[in-house]
Amino acid sequence: MENILLKNNVADLEAYFAQGGYKPLKKALAMKPADIIDEVKSSGLRGRGGAAFPAGLKWSFLPKDVPGPRYLVCNADESEPGTFKDRELIWKNPHALIEGMAIAAYAIGANTAYIYIRGEFAAEAEALEKAIAAARAKGFIGKNLLGSGFDLEIYTHRGAGAYICGEETALLESLEGYTGQPRLKPPFPAIKGLFGRPTVINNVETLAAVPAIIEKGGVWYASIGVGKSTGTKLFCVSGPVNKPGVYELPLGVTFDELLEKSCGGMKEGKKLKAVIPGGSSTPVLTAAEARGLKLDYESVAAAGSMLGCGAVIIIDESQCMVRLLQVLARFYHHESCGQCTPCREGCGWIEKILDRLEGGKGSFGDIDTLCSVAEGMMGRTICPLADGMAMPVISFVKKFRAEFEAHAAGRCCGNEAGGKH
Amino acid sequence: MPVNLSEEFKVRAAQICRKYPCRDAALIPLLQELQKESGYVAEEAMDALAAFLELPYSRVKAVVTFYTMFNRAPVGKYHLQVCRNISCHMAGAPGLLERLREKLAITEGETTKDGLFTLSSVECLGACGAAPVMQVNDDYFENLTMEKLDALLEDLKHGKYTSKK
Repeated sequence: MENILLKNNVADLEAYFAQGGYKPLKKALAMKPADIIDEVKSSGLRGRGGAAFPAGLKWSFLPKDVPGPRYLVCNADESEPGTFKDRELIWKNPHALIEGMAIAAYAIGANTAYIYIRGEFAAEAEALEKAIAAARAKGFIGKNLLGSGFDLEIYTHRGAGAYICGEETALLESLEGYTGQPRLKPPFPAIKGLFGRPTVINNVETLAAVPAIIEKGGVWYASIGVGKSTGTKLFCVSGPVNKPGVYELPLGVTFDELLEKSCGGMKEGKKLKAVIPGGSSTPVLTAAEARGLKLDYESVAAAGSMLGCGAVIIIDESQCMVRLLQVLARFYHHESCGQCTPCREGCGWIEKILDRLEGGKGSFGDIDTLCSVAEGMMGRTICPLADGMAMPVISFVKKFRAEFEAHAAGRCCGNEAGGKH
Repeated sequence: MPVNLSEEFKVRAAQICRKYPCRDAALIPLLQELQKESGYVAEEAMDALAAFLELPYSRVKAVVTFYTMFNRAPVGKYHLQVCRNISCHMAGAPGLLERLREKLAITEGETTKDGLFTLSSVECLGACGAAPVMQVNDDYFENLTMEKLDALLEDLKHGKYTSKK
């Protein structure tokens, strides 16, 4: 099938326009905002940042009777380890994002939109600003969009290095100029979001799908994919495969097709050991669990994990699972914002215990302590970062316990890849 | 001792503040501007920015210390930032870091005596498909190997490298 998002030769406005770009915006501006929301609802489009919440429904939560400003925010923080799809989309098809934002902003009545992009993406932020300027020059952004009477400004805002700012309320705090500490919900951003105003926050990939939905209809979009997982998804594959990268495929594609067909199989005859299917926070799957698995939200959940943002991390037999979990623990401990005790302390203890096990100074009791700390963190914090640490811990230990036991017995599991062990 | 912000900075700052309904939302972008000027955010600069935005110093300090991209001390001409997260780890990042420690005779957080290099290990840079990745100042270097790393270091040492920006 034809790609909806990752198209070639549409990076420039002229090329995008020549291929029918910004026609959906014109069509949308002639529609009633409520009809646009209904169209997106009928498409079944779900949030591509990881939570998979229906986008149209999210838009419909904004109160209709509250006067004053409201905001649209695009989440381009792209900080979940394993994810690199939004970056690709920004380079290859920035106007799909800008047009999607313009349509979304009109639908929710927002005259100001921000793109919160991670600080390290300096070149990407600059590319976006150029694309926004080009769109403004043609009247697709600015005052009185295409003569519709609707005004819209889109600003880019760079983050400054904090994983937590990918969480939507931490992102809002950061955008307001504070430390990125998530907010308690409710109130949800739809009611009290950016600068205390009604706000919609959507991922880059979600917004970039909107023009095609307006152009071809929600029913068309819903015909792609499987069940409640409609449309195409950008899968980011990293790890020892022949062709790592971003692949746009219909939801429900099998893991085998992604690995063997898109990525050209495992590198240098390496053997598949495990797969993290949706970014580093999602539970790990064994090779046997991953084989034959359909990559849609429901199927991956049924297999005990989550499709998340579609970041598929491939792990081969030469890797030590204790070492990899230690790498993740260091990350989550470093990135915990420190607000909630179970996360702040729990991530620290998990890292310490893993350092001990990995350093050959652990005990068998440490393995159960790891799990009990992780279970004590789950669901007990303001945001899901703690769960993002706990889920890998519980699944790594459950599925690869022998490797943890070998470490506890003072032996290495025998896998040396990835540097010093 | 508060330092004086340059007039040029104040002009840019006024433009940036206009993007937001409240001026203090410009705090992070303005800190980025200050860092662009001097390579780091000095205590005195935090004082000056707090006064400029009419914010308590504690708010500025909290933000500077929360976000990892703000340098609180001068860094070398080239800030080498090696990703250490899972995909880069599997692709050999620990070996690259070790090589840099040996060749530059410094460890993470340190700067070479000639002021040329600062070494850091950082968390996921969002380029996992091209692992292992290292960021040098604002530029990404992807699919690194020991050979590519050695060649890049030589280029940097001999001023043969210009930013892609």
